[in-house]
Amino acid sequence: MGSPVSFDYAPAPESRAVVSIKPKYGHFIGGKFVAGSKHFPTINPATEEVLSQIALAGKAEVDAAVKAARKAYTTTWSKMSGKERGKYLFRIARILQERAREFAVLETLDNGKPIRESRDVDIPLAAAHFFYHAGWADKLEFAGLGTSTKPHGVAGQIIPWNFPLLMLAWKIAPALAAGNTVVLKPAESTSLTALLFAEVCQQAELPAGVVNIVTGDGSTGALIVNHPGIDKIAFTGSTEVGKIIARAVAPTPKSVTLELGGKAANIIFEDAAIDEAIEGIVNGIFFNQGHVCCAGSRLILQENIAEEVLDKLKKRMSKIRVGDPMDKNTDLGAINSKEQLLKIRELSASGDAEGAQRWSAPCELPTKGFWFAPTIFTGITQSHRIAREEIFGPVLSVLTFRTPQEGIDKANNTPFGLSAGIWSEKGSRIFWASQQLRAGVIWANTFNKFDPTSPFGGYKESGWGREGGRHGLSAYLKGVGHE
Amino acid sequence: MSFYGLVDGSEASLKNYLGSLSGVDQVGADERAAMLATRSIKTTSKRWAIDTAISMVDLTTLEGADTPGKVQALCTKAVRPDPTDSSIPSVGAVCVYNDMVAVARKHLDLVGGAHVGVAAVSTAFPSGRASMPVKIQDTRDALDAGASEIDMVIDRGAFLSGDYIGVFNEIVQIRELCGTRAHLKVIFETGELVTYDNVRKASFLAMAAGADFIKTSTGKVAPAATAPVVLVMLEAVRDFYQMTQTRIGVKPAGGIRNTKDAIKQLVLVNEIAGPEWLTPSLFRIGASALLNDLLMQRMKMDDGYYASPAYVTID
Repeated sequence: MGSPVSFDYAPAPESRAVVSIKPKYGHFIGGKFVAGSKHFPTINPATEEVLSQIALAGKAEVDAAVKAARKAYTTTWSKMSGKERGKYLFRIARILQERAREFAVLETLDNGKPIRESRDVDIPLAAAHFFYHAGWADKLEFAGLGTSTKPHGVAGQIIPWNFPLLMLAWKIAPALAAGNTVVLKPAESTSLTALLFAEVCQQAELPAGVVNIVTGDGSTGALIVNHPGIDKIAFTGSTEVGKIIARAVAPTPKSVTLELGGKAANIIFEDAAIDEAIEGIVNGIFFNQGHVCCAGSRLILQENIAEEVLDKLKKRMSKIRVGDPMDKNTDLGAINSKEQLLKIRELSASGDAEGAQRWSAPCELPTKGFWFAPTIFTGITQSHRIAREEIFGPVLSVLTFRTPQEGIDKANNTPFGLSAGIWSEKGSRIFWASQQLRAGVIWANTFNKFDPTSPFGGYKESGWGREGGRHGLSAYLKGVGHE
Repeated sequence: MSFYGLVDGSEASLKNYLGSLSGVDQVGADERAAMLATRSIKTTSKRWAIDTAISMVDLTTLEGADTPGKVQALCTKAVRPDPTDSSIPSVGAVCVYNDMVAVARKHLDLVGGAHVGVAAVSTAFPSGRASMPVKIQDTRDALDAGASEIDMVIDRGAFLSGDYIGVFNEIVQIRELCGTRAHLKVIFETGELVTYDNVRKASFLAMAAGADFIKTSTGKVAPAATAPVVLVMLEAVRDFYQMTQTRIGVKPAGGIRNTKDAIKQLVLVNEIAGPEWLTPSLFRIGASALLNDLLMQRMKMDDGYYASPAYVTID
């Protein structure tokens, strides 16, 4: 027999030769890359290696970007037929597919997520969003939103670091399809794929100024939100920042959509298909290191199967492969930033302090970079902080229930309402439960499934408005009515 | 027999036992199998996997045209898959119809393959449509001829009509007949059972009835050993071990033709049942063409290029 005594998978790293990262980046304004004034580093969270210097946009840059977007809107994009706009979107979608490997590698380097996920989820879905919305561009009158809809004009878009390119696609594709031009700011820790996307816009010969990308931190975001030249704000991120934005735009004529935090319940009924439910739990909370606003971070288990499910879950978690995100066999990559890691640690420590039982999968964590082992907390009640606050990391809080109604009540007892999961082999129970749950997205016998045709968004503190599908399209149009 | 204390041999107890199993969600099972198929197995792991897979092959010929000459050639290959490289392990067993068992046993012993088993397909293979006395005689012939493993088929008609106790009793009788003389593999023909719920149910039924191995297919019906079906069976043996502390083996058969497919099977074993199952005594692959592809991939790893098929034997 060969050398290893067991089936330990040898390293299977994806090559990073496919990407070339510049030492320093500027902004993408009016179809051109313009130099930035101040810069800050962006790092690979798996190694803490500095990948590049990212420009920090101030007032001048944001003004220039909004001006370029306005000019493109008035002179070109609003005058162009839907059919022509659609051609550009189709072109962008195809280029994303052609350059998928490059985007996947760059996303993994900058974000820390496993290459398997950027390759199989993020990039294909981003392309799918452009394809889907390309199809709508010349059919807006037939979207059931009324025949006299108009674009808002210039959209200011601020996106998070958990799915950098995918969130860019969720924002830019519908905005452009509906006839808006955009000023987009990627998250400060993950700007690289947005800047590569700017190259795609050039490659697609998108008219100058239709897409403008300015990089920076929260101060840049505030400049966009408060800019008088912007007609619509779209934000994905924390509830805390969402509230600040809501206050800021309240006295203005700006339209706003917010996609915020979550503390989703994944409810497992006694008649569930247990092995698939285990996969759903794992996918629900450990997908993308738990950096998912709709993550199934509260496992709500029927008490009579709790022991069996937890036993199987722990065994399954022991198989999760944590480590080098560039390895094709890695399941759980790096935490995106030191700041986020500290937040996860702090909230987990509160679980310990409040008497919950912590169990982490036995795995060796790399010494460099930011890492957190897949973890569950049992003995959780509604009154524990980790049952209420969003951790945004690979940490699952486990609660139990006795009757279906109690399960629903616990699931709904949260200020959030982005998503929920129901696991049962009984159809009537699935329909009953889904009608009771106050969440924008409900998955039955699956979790974390996304599709451009399906509207996504939350109840309560999880946000305003929907993204994806016809509902998402309507957020980028005014005069929406039913005729 | 005690049936591990799970059933008492009555129809009611069997019904109760099978009724306690959780369902299988098809979409979820397919998805899990597809995800595990993306595992990238390279360098030293690939080398280990190829040799392990070779040692797990049940090298099979099940044709109307089988002759002593054909079976003898197969047996020689089973012992020394590549006559030019003695570091390659022998396969797990040869698998033949019961009239070829004596030929196979004799020839294996002759060519230094006493350690290679002879598996006989039995109980009116492949359809299982015969009276019980015929099935018993079929098995007895194989055992008397020296079979060390019996691959019996279940009566799918009985299973699909809900006559679980009938299927159970057939397995019990064949199990008794095999005694300590032979390992019993129970073939479900999953392509005819169709649903994963049925596969899970058949797995638990066969294990309680005394199967040493559960096997997907005869090789005569497609689809056969698809990844999700094997996944469901591996979950079953894993759960059965939790219940009884007994490890039952799994044998996918049919449709596994190349190294990539075989390695995917080993990944399933590793991540679903666990590494304890990565041994020929608990995992076999029923195949014929697969062996040559494994040999060619092995050569490629040594030499750095793909050899012409002329460098592997066609036996």
